[in-house]
Amino acid sequence: MSEPAHRPSSARLLSASDPDLADAANGWKSAYLHIPFCRRRCPYCDFAIVDESEVATDHRRYVDAVAREIRMEPGIGRLDAINVGGGTPSVIDPGLLALLLDILEDEFGFAPDVERSIEINPEDWTDERGREWVQMGFDRLSIGAQSFDDDVLGALGRMHRSATVDDVIGAARGAGFRSINVDVIFGHPAESDAAWETTMRSVVGTDVDHVSTYALTVEPGTDLAAEVRSGRPAPDDDTQADRYEQFVERASASGFERYEVSNHARTGHACRYNLSTWAHGEYLGFGLGAHDHRWGQRGRNHRRLDRYLEAVDRGERPRLGVETLDEPSQQRDRLMLGLRLAAGTPMTEVADAFVHSPAGIRFLDAGVMRVEGDRLVVANPLLADGVAREALSVSVPDC
Amino acid sequence: MDQSRIRNFSIIAHIDHGKSTLADRLLERTGAISERDMRSQLLDEMELERERGITIKANAVRIDYDADDGTSYELNLIDTPGHVDFSYEVSRSLAACEGALLLVDASQGIEAQTLANAYLAVESGLEIIPVINKIDLPAADPDRVADEISAVLGGSPDEAIRVSAKSGEGIDQLLRAIVERLPEPAGDPDGELRALVFDSYYDTYRGVVSLIRVVDGSITKGDSIRLMAHEQDLTADEIGVRRPAMEPTGSLDAGEVGYLITGVKDIDLIRVGDTVTWGDVPAADALSGYAEPKPMVFSGLFPTDGDDFERLREALEKLRLNDSSLVYQAETSRALGFGFRAGFLGLLHMEIVRERLEREYDLDLVATAPSVQYVAHLTDGTDRVVQSPQDLPDAGNLASIDEPYVKVMIITPSEYIGTVMELVQSKRGIMGEMTYLSPERVELHYEMPLAEIVFDFFDQLKSRTRGYASLDYEPSDYRPSELVRVDILLNGQPVDAFSTIVHKDGAYTYGRAMVKKLRELIPRQLFDVPIQAAIGSRIISRETVKAKRKDVTAKCYGGDITRKRKLLERQKEGKKRMKMVGSVEVPQEAFVAALKINDE
Repeated sequence: MSEPAHRPSSARLLSASDPDLADAANGWKSAYLHIPFCRRRCPYCDFAIVDESEVATDHRRYVDAVAREIRMEPGIGRLDAINVGGGTPSVIDPGLLALLLDILEDEFGFAPDVERSIEINPEDWTDERGREWVQMGFDRLSIGAQSFDDDVLGALGRMHRSATVDDVIGAARGAGFRSINVDVIFGHPAESDAAWETTMRSVVGTDVDHVSTYALTVEPGTDLAAEVRSGRPAPDDDTQADRYEQFVERASASGFERYEVSNHARTGHACRYNLSTWAHGEYLGFGLGAHDHRWGQRGRNHRRLDRYLEAVDRGERPRLGVETLDEPSQQRDRLMLGLRLAAGTPMTEVADAFVHSPAGIRFLDAGVMRVEGDRLVVANPLLADGVAREALSVSVPDC
Repeated sequence: MDQSRIRNFSIIAHIDHGKSTLADRLLERTGAISERDMRSQLLDEMELERERGITIKANAVRIDYDADDGTSYELNLIDTPGHVDFSYEVSRSLAACEGALLLVDASQGIEAQTLANAYLAVESGLEIIPVINKIDLPAADPDRVADEISAVLGGSPDEAIRVSAKSGEGIDQLLRAIVERLPEPAGDPDGELRALVFDSYYDTYRGVVSLIRVVDGSITKGDSIRLMAHEQDLTADEIGVRRPAMEPTGSLDAGEVGYLITGVKDIDLIRVGDTVTWGDVPAADALSGYAEPKPMVFSGLFPTDGDDFERLREALEKLRLNDSSLVYQAETSRALGFGFRAGFLGLLHMEIVRERLEREYDLDLVATAPSVQYVAHLTDGTDRVVQSPQDLPDAGNLASIDEPYVKVMIITPSEYIGTVMELVQSKRGIMGEMTYLSPERVELHYEMPLAEIVFDFFDQLKSRTRGYASLDYEPSDYRPSELVRVDILLNGQPVDAFSTIVHKDGAYTYGRAMVKKLRELIPRQLFDVPIQAAIGSRIISRETVKAKRKDVTAKCYGGDITRKRKLLERQKEGKKRMKMVGSVEVPQEAFVAALKINDE
């Protein structure tokens, strides 16, 4: 007897790119907790973080504020996935994280097989912390490995060395994490072909269940952007495309399936929080700069810590803004997001209109996109934004 | 008014030499306009004119001036376009005057267009008063400029009046000179009416308003009148003068300048250069010099969005109400769809029309590279006029081609003679006379194919002489030339809008440069896009725009979908100015790439 696919427990049996899994994810509810603290800001990062090399902050005060924020939230039902990200969640006292998880469970309840994921930096790992994280319920560990070449790690401004990551992976398995991810950033101009080869070989040869591979992006306002402006080489699109394709091929040969543009997993290990974001599922977001999506609205929190804290102190939601989307816009969002999934997106009315538009026909003819049964799938994920750009401007038939 | 107390004059000046400021000052000094109502460039009404500091349409304003001896004079200042494109309009404005102020910047000296217009004024029998402006500027050298003017136009350097239009210095002296030195009108006040139309414009409320100069007789409100060139009978509904606001006067006598409203809506009925006479007692002969406007430069105008075709048609119709020199006809391009082939007086005219269409009518346009009008002689003995490269018959049917030549005058500092000669020769120019205006400045004459000027000649002349050379040209004749059409193929398909007619000796270089430029301008697409240049079926050059490999963001930070969507929408907005040619997205600037291939 198998349970229906919308139950997470049976979802674990589906391959990462299975359409049934993507459709189930559309109905999942998740929550994101943002821990903004970092020992120092990485040169490419434009996230809402607090650089502790510049400002010392009171973690407890922040966690209390997040706790108050959670209690102000009416909720969207029982949660299927929790993701604690940052910043660097591993820099704060695990006890504080336990507090937040407890409040989340009290307020909203967890599905029996809830996924609880935490992002860490390798240099923060200790066996004791690992045990504590498992004890408080985290079953998924996401390690910010970024590269397995020390020169590239240096260029990326990371504080750890590649050997550390190998140690952490082994120890994490021992500590009892069900699912282990490594994050990889590729395509830094300082990354040689050989360095990339090392990273690929290490990633697929390591005992991990999930890999997120991100092409290095120059975000405005970052140190990296300033360097590029001053004449240092920028990441090269063609090189990144080569590396992307090499990795997909290599990972696939080692049993990883690409289920989203940048995400690869073994069967049963697709990240539920991640999948639900791209499947247009609903999620709550708590903490600095966090985003949420429910009831046809997309909200975002303050990105500045003082404003965030002040708002919560006043007893208000620390909102920077809320966007309300009408039905056609929601359909377009679902299409835009679903185009990043290997499983594609259901052939809704707007997807159908897109397929029959001149731009849609162009993508079909060029083999960039294809119709698979009742789904629309981007065949070349490297061009997903090009497709989404056109899909967004398709007018939705009256519904 | 007694003709002895009327003075009609225009101001001939180069761009930026201060014509509008001088006009403003004259109006202010004579009390025609109070300081309170003063805004700069009073006579330049069109927004574009103010912005570019140029005069496109003619204008006329009456000024009452009380001389020192107590005599009252009626001065009519006729403001003329300064640009070579509008030389016919200039010639008609000059024909309405007895005198001209030749306004020259005290540091710059005389420029080619100014000199050409000054020659035109002299040939038309106008009395010239040289006026040296901006004498208050540190770089001013009025003595040198006075010598220069006297060298080219004769007369003594002392005749030049030195002013600062900005500060008002010398303005009183200038007003005295206008009255003392310019001749009075010499028409026959008792003869049959003959009035020259020197401009017409369309006013939404009043219909066509024409600026006229009464030469003989007089015109009174209610007169039945006839336009002699078009044998059109109309009624003078309103007669008046501009100060510069319109002020009805009921009549205009011989020698006077003013406006005429007939109630007609069609500007073609009252063309610049036509003669107004009485309907019942017409004059025997029209005033001389009428000519139909003759477009020199042609360009395709296409809406970026094909749905805007009708809006483009309406906008052109409206523009034409005010600009009878603008001609256009519908044209279909395989690459660009439905649009218009428009003819212009010159490059500036073309640019102005295009800018007004985009700005005043909110249209997004693709304009193709300008072309001139060729005459193709076919093997069957017939001739065909070719205004668009795609209309050039196949080589097999073509006996020969004639192309328009122009007479070119260039004034340049003498240190640049070598570089100017080199440039002109590379553009198939034939050297004519060379005259030194002064030891430092020289006037060069050439004959050149107009097509070479229409490309990037002026920009190159300016850049090679660091902006110091000036240019004027006038049509001369048609001459046989060894011309070929270079076609451009995108993705193996010829794109008609990219075809260009060039001299055969330059065809290979042109094709190679064009293909290279297009490779830079056309963004990477979903597939490789070969770009080829061909003469007939022979490919002379090839480049490839490689397929786009990566167009995706790695992640979406913290579920911020709003930001991602907005970014995509912004990028999409940026792509709107692309035109789909077959399955290739081509940016608008690619269609004028031919003009930019010498940028490197």
